[in-house]
Amino acid sequence: MNVIVLLALPLAAAVLSCLPWRRVASGVTLASSLAVLVVSVQLARQVVSTGPVVAIPKWIAVDGLSALVLLLIAFVGATAALFSCGYMSANSHEFGRLRLYYANYNLFIFSMLAIPVSMEPTLVWIVVELTTVCSALLVCFENTREALEAAWKYVVLSLMGAAVALLGFLVLFAGMQAAGGGTYTWEGLVASAPKMPAVLLQTAFLLILVGLGTKVGLVPMHTWLPDAHSQAPSPVCALLSGVETTAVLYVILRLFPVLKAARAAHAEVWAMVFGLVSVGVAAFLLLRVRDYKRMFAFSTVEHMGIILLAAGLGTSSAHYGALYQALNHTLTKSFCFFAAGAALLAVGTRDIASVRGLIRTSPAAGASLLLGGLAIAGAPPFAVFLSEFSIFKAGLAEGRYLAMGLLVLFVAIGFFGILLHVNRMVFGEATGDSPARVRLPASCVATLCVAGALVIALGLYLPEPLHQLLRLGAAALER
Amino acid sequence: MNDPLTTLAVLDSMNTLVGGLFLLTAFGIVATRQAKGTLTLFITQSLLLAASAFLLGLRHGSWHLYGVALVNVIAKPVLIPWILRRTVHEEVYTRREIDQVLNIPMSLLIALTLAILAYFLTMPLQRAVAVEFRGPNVPIGFAGLFLGAYTLAVRREAVPLLIGLLAMENGAFFAGISLARTLPLLVELAIATDGLIIVFITAVLIRAVHQHIGTTEVGALARLKEQVTEEAPEEAVR
Repeated sequence: MNVIVLLALPLAAAVLSCLPWRRVASGVTLASSLAVLVVSVQLARQVVSTGPVVAIPKWIAVDGLSALVLLLIAFVGATAALFSCGYMSANSHEFGRLRLYYANYNLFIFSMLAIPVSMEPTLVWIVVELTTVCSALLVCFENTREALEAAWKYVVLSLMGAAVALLGFLVLFAGMQAAGGGTYTWEGLVASAPKMPAVLLQTAFLLILVGLGTKVGLVPMHTWLPDAHSQAPSPVCALLSGVETTAVLYVILRLFPVLKAARAAHAEVWAMVFGLVSVGVAAFLLLRVRDYKRMFAFSTVEHMGIILLAAGLGTSSAHYGALYQALNHTLTKSFCFFAAGAALLAVGTRDIASVRGLIRTSPAAGASLLLGGLAIAGAPPFAVFLSEFSIFKAGLAEGRYLAMGLLVLFVAIGFFGILLHVNRMVFGEATGDSPARVRLPASCVATLCVAGALVIALGLYLPEPLHQLLRLGAAALER
Repeated sequence: MNDPLTTLAVLDSMNTLVGGLFLLTAFGIVATRQAKGTLTLFITQSLLLAASAFLLGLRHGSWHLYGVALVNVIAKPVLIPWILRRTVHEEVYTRREIDQVLNIPMSLLIALTLAILAYFLTMPLQRAVAVEFRGPNVPIGFAGLFLGAYTLAVRREAVPLLIGLLAMENGAFFAGISLARTLPLLVELAIATDGLIIVFITAVLIRAVHQHIGTTEVGALARLKEQVTEEAPEEAVR
């Protein structure tokens, strides 16, 4: 029941957002996102205490892994809705376009929430496709030349990947038929995996890894990601970068227990290679960026690579590390994009070179950008450091010295790249006259406080229920 | 002629013929310059996909596949061109694409290589599935997918790019109707109608690009990059 409510809320909000009164759209969106957050927290508690929740047998259900992803989507959905209130009205869009924004926003949230709760792989494919379709108009919302270019690349590459992934899911289905049939769900796949012909399973995995990897932003299919994640309005960037990539990566991760059951070890090597290449390329690109939103977008590519690499290591502690990293990345990255949005409101440019001394122009934006930069780069007191370290430890325990050595090197380069830019932007000497102080909208400041407090808190303390949820999720990857 | 084995053999060879024509349309989409031409080829390809689904349905007595054939007949040849005509300006269709990334004979040569590659890549897959799932559909479907992707790589105009995307999906589906014929009908319907949503959203984007930038040559959109001239002069020269 809860699961159905969860899916119905954003749909209802999307319809209500079209009502012709001012302020209705943002209010309804905020209310529904908060309600979604409450419901998903409840669902997660239920999953931790009593096990998986089934809404429609074989189709819609929530287990440990999906509860975690659900929680992440709901949290960023709520904070981004709050941020949108101030951010979108500060950008003075006309009323009709704002309604369009909120309607699309809710549809996008709906499509993302549908990914973790769908248990039938082809249904998952359909909702992944829906996320692209629902977010395309959000990416080109500004209607500038650059935004349209970004949206076009995003749509074409994502749909191209989706066609490849579709073939992958169909081959997977054929594999199940060859193994004697059964119900085509994630569970059913794991059950019939040992009898599946290895060649079908591996072909399916590769097609899905490449196809959905396009949407996750794995190198070399990542070219659209920095464009789309920098041109969209900042709250949308938080969703795209923070949760959409993670939600799609979750679908790839779902295949790992199947591969494990079939003893198809090649797949893990593929995952590690794709992961390491993504981390490496993103780390070097981080040194060369000129736009601070693109910088955070490349950092997303880097983190997706780290998560995939950790999942490819294959031990239970590495799986725990992968999910812990996903959790930290989502919370921190969404905060980073809120900070970037605040900075954009304060200085009006995305160019790193023309932002200097942000801490004096807008202390709130400057401090958040510094906090976000430190946290996402993986500086010690923050949670990203802890999860990266746990992955490193798990890799060493497995004896993967080369992969771990490269990982540490790339992460260090990425760290240097991010902090170099952030440091200059926040503390650098302004060359011209320093611009006047800017007041950020109240809802933006509130979002920064909430999300920032969480980023700091998570580094110091991981609540027990969350720890259990991570363990459940890692166990679901294990089986 | 009433011998059931003969009937099956006839159906099989008809399906092979349809597969061959399907592959030809995929080549045609790579090589046709005019947007209108690619659209016509795509419609033909979708009808061939429907025909193959129908033949396989007859061959295996599967109601699912009749449903797939029906959806394909309605959605792709009728609704997709209708949506495109409503949203994208007429002038876009008559435009000829002069500067493709590669010239057409070269393109066809690469496309041929891709098709042969698809055949060899699918051999082990064919061996792994039961006999009744084998047939020309799997290699031709993979080839369709590759050729669609190749179209996306060399085209620069928006409408042929969209057709390339849809052709990729047709390819995946062409393999799917043979490999995964017992998928729940609901899912097959959703996948088939998904094409409509893709066309709608892409057409809206094409229209926005046309309105705001004044061209549909999306290949020319290349502002978003890491480096501009002053730091990489050698790239600028090239």
